[in-house]
Amino acid sequence: MSGLQTVDTGTKGPRIGENAIRPDGIPKVKGEFIFSNDLRHPDMLWGGTLRSPHPSARIISVNTASALKMTGVYAVLTNEDLDGMPLYGLEHPDQPVLADGIVRYQGEPIAIVAADHPENVRLALEAIDVEYELIKPLSDSKLAQETEAIHPDGNLIREIDLIYGKSQGEGEITVEGTYEVGMQDQAPLGTESGMAVPSEDGGIDLFVSTQWLHADRDQVAACLNLPTEKVRLTLAGVGGAFGAREDISLHVHLCLLAMRTGKPIKMSYSRTESFHGHVHRHPAQMWYRHHAKSDGTLTRIEARLLLDGGAYASTSSAVLANATCFAAGPYRVPNVEIHGAVVRTNNPPCGAMRGFGCVQVCFAHEAQMDKLANALGMDPVELRLKNALRPGDQIITGQTITGTAPVAEVIETCAQHPSSVGSASKQMELPGGAGRTADPKNIVRGEAIAVGFKNLMFSEGFDDFSTASCQLLDGVATITCACAEVGQGFVTLAQQIAREILGVEEVILAPASTATVGSAGSTSASRQTWMSGGAVKSACEEVRIRLLSRIAESHELDVESLVMVDGGVASLSSDFFIDLKEATSEPIEVEEVYRHIPTFPLNENGQGDAHVSFAFSAHRAVVDVDQELGLVKVVELITSQDVGRVLNPLQLQGQLEGGAAQGLGLAVLEEINVVDGRILNPSFTDYLLPTALDMPPVEIAALIEQPEPNAPFGAKGVGEPPAISSTAAIASAVRNATGLELQRVPIRPTDIVFPEKIDND
Amino acid sequence: MTSETYTLSVNGNNYQVVDGHPSESLLWVLRERLELSGSKNACEEGECGSCTVLVDGKILCSCLILAETAVGREITTIEGLGSDAEISDVQKAFVDAGAVQCGFCTPGLIVTIEHLLKEDPNPDELTVREAISGNLCRCTGYGRILEAVRIASKNLTLQSKEEENQ
Repeated sequence: MSGLQTVDTGTKGPRIGENAIRPDGIPKVKGEFIFSNDLRHPDMLWGGTLRSPHPSARIISVNTASALKMTGVYAVLTNEDLDGMPLYGLEHPDQPVLADGIVRYQGEPIAIVAADHPENVRLALEAIDVEYELIKPLSDSKLAQETEAIHPDGNLIREIDLIYGKSQGEGEITVEGTYEVGMQDQAPLGTESGMAVPSEDGGIDLFVSTQWLHADRDQVAACLNLPTEKVRLTLAGVGGAFGAREDISLHVHLCLLAMRTGKPIKMSYSRTESFHGHVHRHPAQMWYRHHAKSDGTLTRIEARLLLDGGAYASTSSAVLANATCFAAGPYRVPNVEIHGAVVRTNNPPCGAMRGFGCVQVCFAHEAQMDKLANALGMDPVELRLKNALRPGDQIITGQTITGTAPVAEVIETCAQHPSSVGSASKQMELPGGAGRTADPKNIVRGEAIAVGFKNLMFSEGFDDFSTASCQLLDGVATITCACAEVGQGFVTLAQQIAREILGVEEVILAPASTATVGSAGSTSASRQTWMSGGAVKSACEEVRIRLLSRIAESHELDVESLVMVDGGVASLSSDFFIDLKEATSEPIEVEEVYRHIPTFPLNENGQGDAHVSFAFSAHRAVVDVDQELGLVKVVELITSQDVGRVLNPLQLQGQLEGGAAQGLGLAVLEEINVVDGRILNPSFTDYLLPTALDMPPVEIAALIEQPEPNAPFGAKGVGEPPAISSTAAIASAVRNATGLELQRVPIRPTDIVFPEKIDND
Repeated sequence: MTSETYTLSVNGNNYQVVDGHPSESLLWVLRERLELSGSKNACEEGECGSCTVLVDGKILCSCLILAETAVGREITTIEGLGSDAEISDVQKAFVDAGAVQCGFCTPGLIVTIEHLLKEDPNPDELTVREAISGNLCRCTGYGRILEAVRIASKNLTLQSKEEENQ
């Protein structure tokens, strides 16, 4: 399955399973694609946000008088100017639109300004006088539950006790470890930005980059005290997302300023403001104890997981559920006891990021599996294969896997794939790269494999659906769906689906907007290929049924004999053929809502059929480590993934490579350094993203195609797994190279050079 | 603020910048005053390369230079590559190879790669990696971008061979 082809740019538009190129590709390469921060309006003002420099403080006073008097300033708003819901939140509203007497994290918005020029915005923000009474920040998540509550909702956001099997099952071998994951940033290249335009009906049009238009709309409408139909959100070009845009950021602020001034308002965060302005991946502290028989059979897993949710809840609840449900990894284990908690602190709020919850525990459970293999004197691949989940097995929530689970297949293909790298021949290829610091004598190579899995779509009984309409007119299909295209390629897939089902060539995608169609749900949780793909497929299929019935009726033919062929409709029992354009001179339009099978809440023991489907992946990493300087160069990544069915090989490969790069970042480079609640590195100078020199080739050993029952076209979402097992594999390879325990990612140079010091901290 | 008027030559056209402020970066002037928003602003401190342009044939982060220092120089932005009728080989290779996902880094990368292939039409992979290491991409992991460079480089080499044969 490797050796994916380059695009066949034939005249026939690609169908399902073929390489399809993005419909927005040409505008993007020409620089003509309009991203949310490229929006402009001749009459627009610029908006800006005053943020707290302190992670925890009472606000004694906010004086906006001098800012209001300044040149070019049209509005300065604070909490006192709100007349709608003062709080928002994706899972439950707990976060102030503008601070109300207290700030709970560094960067919390206090006031917003509209002015005629960004420089005047900046000057006005500086002129707002805020008097604070500082409070010692709660910055250690371990102390959260014994410290005075920092929020009326308390410091415990959610707790899950998962008990599966019996509270026993000690095997002959026990291994124990504590693990830590740092705070990662999604760092989409496009910062938060958008434009709000007041409308004549007293409502508002908001053009914004987001992952979920309708959830934003509902929160914005509540905060503005407007009926939802008066708040219309339209997707503006999105420069990546990865979870950073699942919560609202500047949405309400833009609308408040637009409604106050009566003018269009544009806002665009700087990179530093972006670091403060969206949620991050939850830092995690994890303790594990694995028990196994001497033949390697897992008998019991105990774990305690603590996630730092930061000051507000965001999607912490769902992140904790994932961390807990997937804590054991893709393995059969009869007895499990896990305590998971996510707590509130005065650290930056955390929420969704690619692979949420599963990334953190994968790092820990895979380290444990290696430790166990070592204690048993067993090959780590063999140990994983011995315990690998199979279809029909239960996961640790007691849910039986009714779909596909090619765990052994991903492990075997990944482990057996030949490595194609030799030793580094050029200085640039060594750890340190362009810095030319490594002495080849001190470089050691390591290699390791890791396996991960995750739920697809929303879990725990959430009413998860997507809506799409299809109109067929004059042989052209128009698809309307509010699915947020954030770069993943839904726009490509929607065209492929319409072509596949309707035999059309031209497929137009209407803008994604709350004004024209119902919710598509979130572009997260690897769900849009299945959910919005499913909605588009259903709508196209219903259009096909109606078209065939209409033709059968008007031409007195048996509807059963009619089939869609390329460019028209033909009869199997006669030489009847009608051109699609002619057959659809009168439009057919259908809107469909697609739902996945129902899921159920977890019970008091963390048990239940909470998830829809599971996707598995394996990564094998080869690393070179400079032991003297603690630098790591990832030399090669090999991966196998359970994909159900390949819908577009080209885009699939892009997801696997891009996800692995984010996993590499978490393994060795990326961390938001937070000290006493303050971010030390909110910039691309100090927060290190993988460059082309950091990222090795990603070899796809196998794409396991076992069609998933109930999934449209049998395809599983593919976005998250590449970011899950990659981090664990790289960390494990560094352990393999150095012999160090390395209980934390990202692995820092000091962790390698001074391991004793770190372990004693 | 002191106001100034000056002229910038961008993609072969002269643009008058009226009421310019001396502190404005070239990126700001391109995007906000000249409405050439193809150059992107992901970090505005020279780390991400999204704002890469050519100034007198050299690649620069337009966020790092003051607009007025580019007076009298020839500036080429993403909007100046290819032609109205046809996109360039590098642009086409990006689309065909799947090198575009969200597309925010794309204009800066294409400017960088056009420059690279002009200097070295047939670079080895490490040279390419080094050349684009100042351009961050968060979506692709760079795999399809490297493939796009391979395709563009191959096409350019073929074209120059054809030209030699004629």
